[in-house]
Amino acid sequence: MRDIAIISYAQSDCVADAGATNEVELIMPLVQKVLADSGLNSVQNVDFTCSGSCDYQQGAAFAFVLGVDALGAVPPIKESHVEMDAAWALYEGWLKIQMGQAETALIYGFGKSSPGDLPIVLSKQLDPYYSAPLAADSVSMAAMQARLMLEAGDITEADMAKVVAHSRAKAKSNPHAQLKGDFSVEELLAEPTYLSPLRKHDCCPVSDGASAIVMCTVEKAKELGKPYAIIKGIDHRIESGHIGLRNLRESLSTKIAAEKAGVANAKVEVAEIYTPFSHQEYLVKQAIGLDDDCDINPSGGVLAGNLMMASGLSRIGEVAMRICNGEYKRGVAHITSGACLQQNMVVVLEGAE
Amino acid sequence: MSQQQDLVLNQTFTSGYNYTRSTGPIVGRFLTELRQRKVVGIKGSDGRVIVPPVEYDPITAEELTEFVSVKDTGVVQTWSWVKHPRPKHLLQRPFAWALILMDGADTPMMHMIDAGSEDSMATGMRVKVRWADEPRGFIDDMVYFVPVESKDEAKPLPAGETLADITDIECPTYLDYNFTAGSSTARFLGAIKQGRIVGQKCPKCSNVYVPPRGSCAACGVATTEDAECADKATVESFTIVYIPIPGHSIKPPYIIANLVADGANISFIHLMSECVNEEIHIGQRVEAVWKPQAEWDYAMDNILYWRPIDEPDVPVDLIGKINPSAKETS
Repeated sequence: MRDIAIISYAQSDCVADAGATNEVELIMPLVQKVLADSGLNSVQNVDFTCSGSCDYQQGAAFAFVLGVDALGAVPPIKESHVEMDAAWALYEGWLKIQMGQAETALIYGFGKSSPGDLPIVLSKQLDPYYSAPLAADSVSMAAMQARLMLEAGDITEADMAKVVAHSRAKAKSNPHAQLKGDFSVEELLAEPTYLSPLRKHDCCPVSDGASAIVMCTVEKAKELGKPYAIIKGIDHRIESGHIGLRNLRESLSTKIAAEKAGVANAKVEVAEIYTPFSHQEYLVKQAIGLDDDCDINPSGGVLAGNLMMASGLSRIGEVAMRICNGEYKRGVAHITSGACLQQNMVVVLEGAE
Repeated sequence: MSQQQDLVLNQTFTSGYNYTRSTGPIVGRFLTELRQRKVVGIKGSDGRVIVPPVEYDPITAEELTEFVSVKDTGVVQTWSWVKHPRPKHLLQRPFAWALILMDGADTPMMHMIDAGSEDSMATGMRVKVRWADEPRGFIDDMVYFVPVESKDEAKPLPAGETLADITDIECPTYLDYNFTAGSSTARFLGAIKQGRIVGQKCPKCSNVYVPPRGSCAACGVATTEDAECADKATVESFTIVYIPIPGHSIKPPYIIANLVADGANISFIHLMSECVNEEIHIGQRVEAVWKPQAEWDYAMDNILYWRPIDEPDVPVDLIGKINPSAKETS
């Protein structure tokens, strides 16, 4: 395995409704920024491009093909796409570079969820015989998971409110966050339930936006002369699509991915974890094995703004940039997909030696 | 910049498809039993009874075959309360989602509970299936669950002809959206509503796109400058189609053509009519036939189709590279 570096990252604002901005218009400024910041300047200087998005979000077929119009792909470039969060596009880029087929890769993810009813759209990812026809939405399923944990005594409602208060407080210093501010636990607990036992603030908002990253070999990063963070470990695991076969009070796939990615090899100073519902932060912290003194979600995390199909890539970017700017030396990014943390990726990032 | 820059165009639409799915023997058996108001699970390698049944063992991945009958009653393991059902939810009154351990099963299944109010819900409560009055061999034969003491019960099953086992099911999937056109598309459609074709120019390579997409695909930069085009064009390529367009007045055989509007460099697709199909050729000059002005909308079909005009052909190499309208006036 060779070390692969992340040299630039950019994310748009998380907005509830991007209105008259199409996918091309969402992507273009970010792609231009990460290319400029990396010193590569043009997609024509990049060996491999991979994106992540899901056409079901805005109901526009092959939106990801139109997205290529944002790049400047003439003459044609080597390009690929995953119908997943762009963190998995980054994984594809990582493999391409590992195999020696590319030195540099541009990765981007985008999503416009506002045109549809996202929790129902997400019900289409469930099994098509038993669950999807019932229109089992993502929030209702997460709420069942939260109740299991509450009634088993794993967490309290106050613990969940603490996660939310922390997220919104941290988000005050994130110019791209959608929800931010000072909230006390008491204030949050006084809110009525939205989808019992969840309150509205326990659920991530629906956001439109995009993010992008440039990754490359360490040799190339040195040549470009930019600060970089190194991907020291990366792994992803998935659990059964049959909700009744899973233990929803733990995140087994996160635990295994964290072990395989080598999280425990040294101290984790910072972590960006993708927990769309407040109770899930506890599960993921446990599964990864994060200490209390670890800086968790300094960006505010996805409770402050959740760009479906780009939030995972952003978790990696947020950790990488905090290593690039010298704030931390070692961090972990966690990415999730599917109902109740069904599929999870863990990435370990470190500074240059 | 155009005045229409801030124009926001929305349109609601439904995207969907009637998927037909083969069930395979395991799901098929479960659905066939449901139609008889019976519930079956399947025995896993560790002896657990899994409901609803899965095809392969979750631990060893071996094929599972041993069906086990379970009751149509069970216990709630966890639940959530939907105060405000979403439009696509099957119950349009407040209801619960729950993981329910059927009596005789070892793994819970997910379904809805019609309990009236959140206060009637509790983990550990006993529930029973409210069967469909006319079951059809689909997951919604279990319409929802109700507390065991509920009087909400299905009519007796009609006495019976023997029905074939379920092997295929229809799964119609429809999602509603409110689509918003991008800002460049909105500007273009704003001009089309006024009977004008206004493309956008790339600041780098100067190519003019009709219709604009917000970027120059070749250069990867935003196209911001409007470029007024004529409603005349040149045929860059075409095909003769023998299949009708549902709901469209144009009758086959008709022509779909790649046209380059005068003043633009990149082609768009539109229809041709009022022509002898066999005589159409690349380089042919055409003009737009507009709908009556009163019918103009934010839509490309304000132009009904394009028809040939008596002008010299544009040489193939020059299509999209010269502006024949500009030449006429100079």
